[in-house]
Amino acid sequence: MAEKEIKVDVTGQTCPGPLVEFRKALNKASKGDIVEITGNHPASKKEIPMAAEDMGLEVIDIQEKEGVWKIKIRK
Amino acid sequence: MIDKTTIIVHSGDMDKLYSALIIGDGALSMGMESTLFFTFWGLERLKKDGLEKGPLSKMNMGGMGKRMINNRMKTANVASLEKLIQDYKELGGKIIACEMTMDIMGIKKEDLRQELIDEYGAIGTYIHEARESKINLFI
Repeated sequence: MAEKEIKVDVTGQTCPGPLVEFRKALNKASKGDIVEITGNHPASKKEIPMAAEDMGLEVIDIQEKEGVWKIKIRK
Repeated sequence: MIDKTTIIVHSGDMDKLYSALIIGDGALSMGMESTLFFTFWGLERLKKDGLEKGPLSKMNMGGMGKRMINNRMKTANVASLEKLIQDYKELGGKIIACEMTMDIMGIKKEDLRQELIDEYGAIGTYIHEARESKINLFI
């Protein structure tokens, strides 16, 4: 089966929303799928990659433009 | 030891319930297991329509302080306690209700939101959960 890309937008959400939505997306993903999460909560930009690393997942990309970040993680 | 966060939710204060649920949700989101053990005033919050009824732990001022904080939280886009507890359950968090508190306060199972509660237990159940947890808190 081909890898899927699951996109989540948590713009405007604050603690712990972005982390929770990231985890929900991860639960929907299969191994190898990519979860792309977009938001603007400052702390989550470092905490989502932190969570991914704690769970042994690969952080593929982190980008930020005008306070809006986009993080890609492979399950 | 497994990666688990266990919290005794002793307080029924609104702000402390926020702390407990945010920590529980955070732990689950970061790949840990989580157990919340609701006892004493905390258990009151699991009564039907009880979740949002807690006062503010400080400066409640007959509910005026609470209203003020609620407004500020709304402006800051903070989730409601109901949303936090629904997320907690969706991510697989466990909730235990203290049976002794139920006896003391005269709370029956029918008074509680049983759909949220995984287990009814006493101190043994709590210790059993806590002894294998990396994070243990009393709130």
